[in-house]
Amino acid sequence: MTDLTTEMKQGTIPPELAAEIAAANSFPPEPPARPVRRAIKRVLTDPLGLVGTLIVVLLLLAALFAHWIAPQNPYDLAVLDIMDNRLSPGSESFSGMTYWLGTDDQGRDLFSAILYGLRTSIFVGIASAGIALVIGSVMGLVSAYFGGRIDTLVMRLVDIQLSFPPILVALILLAILGQGVDKIIVALVVTQWAYYARTVRGAALVERGRTYVDAARCLALPSRMVTLNHILPNCLPPLIVVATMRVAYAVSLEATLSFLGIGLPVTEPSLGLLISNGNKYMLSGDWWISVFPGVALLLLIVGINLVGDRLRDVLNPKFKD
Amino acid sequence: MISNSQTQLATADDQQAPLLEIDHVTRRFERKPDFAAKLAARLGAPINRRTVHAVDDASFAIHRREVVGLVGESGCGKSTLGRIVAGIDNPTEGRILYNGDDVAHVSSEEARRFQLKIQMIFQDPLDSLNPRYRIGKAVSEAARYHKVVPEAEMTAHIEKVLLQCGVDPTTQNRFPHQFSGGQRQRIGIARALAVRPELVVCDEAVASLDVSIQAQIINLFMDLRDEYDLAYLFVSHDIGVVRHISDRVVVMYLGRIVEQGTTADLFAKPNHPYTQALLGQVPSLKRRHSSFHTIKGEIPSPLKPPSGCHFHPRCPHAMDICKQARPPLKEVASGHMSACHLNDKG
Repeated sequence: MTDLTTEMKQGTIPPELAAEIAAANSFPPEPPARPVRRAIKRVLTDPLGLVGTLIVVLLLLAALFAHWIAPQNPYDLAVLDIMDNRLSPGSESFSGMTYWLGTDDQGRDLFSAILYGLRTSIFVGIASAGIALVIGSVMGLVSAYFGGRIDTLVMRLVDIQLSFPPILVALILLAILGQGVDKIIVALVVTQWAYYARTVRGAALVERGRTYVDAARCLALPSRMVTLNHILPNCLPPLIVVATMRVAYAVSLEATLSFLGIGLPVTEPSLGLLISNGNKYMLSGDWWISVFPGVALLLLIVGINLVGDRLRDVLNPKFKD
Repeated sequence: MISNSQTQLATADDQQAPLLEIDHVTRRFERKPDFAAKLAARLGAPINRRTVHAVDDASFAIHRREVVGLVGESGCGKSTLGRIVAGIDNPTEGRILYNGDDVAHVSSEEARRFQLKIQMIFQDPLDSLNPRYRIGKAVSEAARYHKVVPEAEMTAHIEKVLLQCGVDPTTQNRFPHQFSGGQRQRIGIARALAVRPELVVCDEAVASLDVSIQAQIINLFMDLRDEYDLAYLFVSHDIGVVRHISDRVVVMYLGRIVEQGTTADLFAKPNHPYTQALLGQVPSLKRRHSSFHTIKGEIPSPLKPPSGCHFHPRCPHAMDICKQARPPLKEVASGHMSACHLNDKG
């Protein structure tokens, strides 16, 4: 290196060549960014990805801080006035408060109800997707790592699971279990784990064939460490994509079930239940009761899907740079 | 220097058991019949088992400090045999003896200890490193897990190993993709050395590197051998490299060992027609004008190997018996074994 720099100063090496040699000798200039972090950065630089992320973050914050943002607690019957029922958007209550999105048939402020409903929907979506992700990943990893009979057993289970329409499985389960947040989460987990299991198994099979796994085995590391420390982190990119898409799916499935009246109880209205509440007044012209929760649900699902779509492009090695 | 180390070895041979002994090892790969095939078989259809004898009844030994070269054309099973030695693959039949103990019949604690004593260096240095592990972690993980050195000395131990392998210890928190091919291979070597092995299996370990880097890595192997008394099983198709570094050479053809002997002996007096043909293909400065004979024909499919001696369809000296009987591996000179019917002719 020192010889090179002196020669460069003397001008015996053409500067382009010198630059090339220097580049070859130095480490790649790129900082040690982890693939996941780099992917997030690339999602945010894409306009659609950015819009999606903004929508999701905004809705998440709104749901998280519903207590402070909402002008009214829709669960507190004491603050509700039945006289305010079915007021159109922008009308004022007797107490002088403005209902910007109108009220429903109970006299609830729709804006507040949507914020609280959003919270329930997002919680159910993320919780069910998270639990399904853990169960599915473990099943997929075990299936791929051990192979043979275990693999056959798990994958046939997945096939059976996926051959039923998810809404049918959820309906049957809820009919047996009854209503409640915990029960709908169980139903959603049962209908969704198979997607994660299949994704993780596919990715893990690819990783298992790579030599660093052979090396880990040669170093006598236990199977638990090989799967969790070596194989699983390398399966994350496809898993993240599936997880985002599945959260959106879980939210809409929950809304569907609640709309049908078998999802969440009336005391904990989710977006689906709010839409269902307004459904019967649609024909009498009170459109806002259904439409505004519907718009919120639409925004949430479109936002998540935009992020997931962009993530899929970014994390797919075929489209890299 | 080579002849010197060989005489030392010869005396050592007589005194102690080999470090590792491969005893009649066979590895078959079979496509398990699926449900439809099982059903067809039950209904009386002929069973069509597709079996590949990747390694067929191979026996050889590796002694302490010895470098054994394992050569052959691609697809001859040399990599499979290397993986079996390294404990990544298991033999279908046969035994592997480590210091005289059968690896398959020891307690799991013993087996783990043996496993650590035999490490492997792989062909593709990038693929052999976990892309999400910083190299410091990659090198130290197993040493830490198996408590090869006390935790207090771990940092020093890892730094020493990295330095010995020519890796700057200050680059420990970089990722594999930030290194060049040669550097990555050095990291792979450091990872193997960190658990203090006695035998290192190099599976085409320099094949994917530039020639100049190849020389550096081979020199590194030899330095480390002096430092740690390592033995090597050097699996390669590059006969020039094998000749340069090996004490002994084992030649494989279609899953079988056809000849083995000391490097000097085998290169001076190759006995098996396959070895003769193989050596005839090595480019050499001395005979640059001589004509170049390639081995006739293609390497046969391992799914349907020829009868008798696997080499007979391509052998210039093939006789009738070569089509019928498998030639046993016989001693043709002291420490030089060959499997060829020509030796029986008298």
